[in-house]
Amino acid sequence: MSKPQDVVKSEVVKDDFMVIVRKRIAAFGLPRIIILVAFILMFVLAGIVGMNLPSFFGDVLRRWGMWGILVLAMVPSIQSGNAPNFGVSVGIVAGLLGAVISIDLNYRGAFDFITNPALHRIAGALVAIAIGVIGGTVLGMLYGMLLNRVKGSEMAISVYVGFSAVAVFNILWVRIPISNPIAILPGTGSGLRQMINLQDDFGDAFDSLFRFQIGSMTIHTGLLLLFFLMCFFMYIFMKSKRGMRMSAAGDNPTYARASGINVDRMRILGTTISTALGAFGIVIYAQSFGFLQMYRGPLMMGFTAVASVLIGGATIRRAKVFDVLFGAFLFNGILTIALPLSTQLIPDIPGVPEMLRLIISNGIILYALTRAKGGR
Amino acid sequence: MQDKYVLEMDNIRKAYGDNVVVDGVSLKIKPGEIHALLGENGAGKSTLMNILFGMTMIRDTGGFEGSVKISGEEVKFHSPNDALTAGIGMVHQEFMLIPAFSVSENIKLGREDTVPTVLSRVFGKNMDRLNHEKMEKDARKSLDAIGMNIDEHVRVAGLPVGYMQFVEIAREIDKLNIKLLVFDEPTAVLTEDEATQLLGVMRSISEKGIAIIFITHRLSEVMDVATDMTILRDGQLVATKSVRDTNMVDIAQLMVGREVENMRATGGQFALQDAETAVKITDLHVDMPGENVNGVSFEVKKGEIFGIGGMAGQGKVGIPNGINGLFPAEGSVEMFGKPLDLSRLGEALDKGFAFVSEDRRGVGLLLDESIGYNIMFRQMAIKNGFLRGGLFDGRRTQQHAKDMIKLLDIRCRGWQQKAGTLSGGNQQKVCLASALTLNPKVLVVSEPTRGIDIGAKELILNYLTKLREEDGVTVIMVSSELGELRSICDRIAIVSDGKIVDILAPDAPDADFGLAMSGVSKSEINEKGAE
Repeated sequence: MSKPQDVVKSEVVKDDFMVIVRKRIAAFGLPRIIILVAFILMFVLAGIVGMNLPSFFGDVLRRWGMWGILVLAMVPSIQSGNAPNFGVSVGIVAGLLGAVISIDLNYRGAFDFITNPALHRIAGALVAIAIGVIGGTVLGMLYGMLLNRVKGSEMAISVYVGFSAVAVFNILWVRIPISNPIAILPGTGSGLRQMINLQDDFGDAFDSLFRFQIGSMTIHTGLLLLFFLMCFFMYIFMKSKRGMRMSAAGDNPTYARASGINVDRMRILGTTISTALGAFGIVIYAQSFGFLQMYRGPLMMGFTAVASVLIGGATIRRAKVFDVLFGAFLFNGILTIALPLSTQLIPDIPGVPEMLRLIISNGIILYALTRAKGGR
Repeated sequence: MQDKYVLEMDNIRKAYGDNVVVDGVSLKIKPGEIHALLGENGAGKSTLMNILFGMTMIRDTGGFEGSVKISGEEVKFHSPNDALTAGIGMVHQEFMLIPAFSVSENIKLGREDTVPTVLSRVFGKNMDRLNHEKMEKDARKSLDAIGMNIDEHVRVAGLPVGYMQFVEIAREIDKLNIKLLVFDEPTAVLTEDEATQLLGVMRSISEKGIAIIFITHRLSEVMDVATDMTILRDGQLVATKSVRDTNMVDIAQLMVGREVENMRATGGQFALQDAETAVKITDLHVDMPGENVNGVSFEVKKGEIFGIGGMAGQGKVGIPNGINGLFPAEGSVEMFGKPLDLSRLGEALDKGFAFVSEDRRGVGLLLDESIGYNIMFRQMAIKNGFLRGGLFDGRRTQQHAKDMIKLLDIRCRGWQQKAGTLSGGNQQKVCLASALTLNPKVLVVSEPTRGIDIGAKELILNYLTKLREEDGVTVIMVSSELGELRSICDRIAIVSDGKIVDILAPDAPDADFGLAMSGVSKSEINEKGAE
């Protein structure tokens, strides 16, 4: 039996200042505040010990763009009710496949008709993206169908789907019939290398686009523009009829059904977009990084992407494009600055940034899980 | 003669906040008596039983007034355990059995016979071994006592529903000092044969001197086994009678009684004859757990307000949910002559139905979204409204939400307030606004006033009437509150056991409604009378 409530009451009661502050902090999330404060402190510290701040800041921006689309891939997955997509590596391996095929096509001279080197690189990247996204879409649909059968434990399942996909593609990497010597293990004639150098292929394709310098700070305009563009598309999609229907299916499946929405189909849509974005994202990541990381490379990338969007303010049930922008920046910012800072301040302990990465990413995931309101 | 009564509840009063749910009810029960406790949903039966069992929710909400005496001694129960120790048992509507345990283990659950072992001498009684032989013998005795010949070794999982009920009963009477057993709608889930058997069991239990409180809404069962009865209505005691001195029609009359009068009675003014048929439903079956519909047929005229009433769990709520496609449904639903494809999700909405669900937080709203978003969403999702260039049109949503807030007097801080933070009544208004935004030809509202304050209630009911009068919208209203159905509907169908028992005019006698809700149609009574 529900009691009659006084509707007006909540408006009349004015919170005092401390209560408001506490509420704001709670709404923003304590871990995010800690990470933000740590980031600012480290930045200040880096300035004090005399490091080149503008140059670091350029690096932060670059890593932001590198990771951005992979983090963005979390949004459709979360919004459609599939929780953060730990298995974004399914899309990543599809993207790697696209990249490898693009490299081989390049070796066979498929892009030779383009003489401008910048355009040549971009063409290679676009082909890699196209093949990767097609593969990611197909895999994403299958993956989405699987997730529909395990409603309620999507997160655990997606971790293992991601691991399995990486393992399955490892077999492919060993056997794939590719002839470009730059990709193949030297002296064996078959099997891909651990790291494939993209220098002669689509490495730097977007990074070098409209790149400019402000003092010692390098701005990779093309990379960032592409990231912002994808964010904008995602924002538009979320405001479209289909996007709103998808979000409703994730928010409250019963409500969605009562609005004539096929929830299962919307969930598949969300996973498919997420996986396709994973394929897109890895090509962008690789062209900026300069190498393709095969085999175990993509294994834990899903965790980093999940952690980033959660730091940005998403929960495992709701995520906004803003969370992607903010989270990817903060997470990458702190990691970028930690490396030179730790080598300068504590040179006798190696691997501090890696430890920091593990603590932050696993910590924030743990935090998000504890805050998650259980299934309905 | 102090302990003439096994139970005396005297002048019980219980209020939740300002809402008095039980007011000055007294209940006296003698040993070996089968006492029927009757009343509509929300009459206060459950609250009374919760008080009797010392449920913690009663204490948490401020306790109750009045006294409870068991065998002449005043008692104050702090938990259901205290009540069990004092010899009061309950046979639950939903079975509290452990499926993987055997029948005898379930019967003895929590009261196991044990034999000390070496371990238990060191670590205490929890390490005792179970005395299976004795437990099984006792269980057999209890099962025999109620005439059940099932094997006490079988597991409960997989037993027919009816048998589970009997295992529960056996568990209760296995308790040594049991004095009073409460049966809460025990026959609701049973087949007719099982129900007959159960009534027999109740009789034989009472012959052993155990008193029974029998909560049911099936009047025929009351006439069959009960010796006495108490009727509650709106938390007040209406009558305590001996069953011999009364008949079904009287009881029905007392149960329904005259309802809240302050609602404008406009029902029945509508001229049904000249209107075309808006909705025609033929042999509708809906598989909704707890609210099954087993073959319902009716027609609703254009511009009519058609009411569907009945007790909870009888299937009235299943009707809108089946049409809406939320639960698997079979049968034919036609709207202005055009049939609906019930297997297609969203079909009813496409064809011009709109629904206000009984579960407003679960089905009716996106709690984390704004009022405006909630109001526009279904129109957008079904009919592509509130989009500009394919994208969400915030300005139109805002404008429309503001209009609706004013129209339905939604009390809020603004159109962007989250729906989850509104009070029940205002949430219901948002649900209604969302349905109206679909511009429906037929509006189906389910339990529109459940759990909302009187002001919101009146506004919603008045608005439904206005909608019919001014816009010619056909309204189908499902409600547990007979009073409100009678105050605004033109005709009222009463559902029992998933079927329509009777379709009555709002001014039909109280007794007819009471009978129909008990699953007996008036014509049946007349036949019996003629025999």
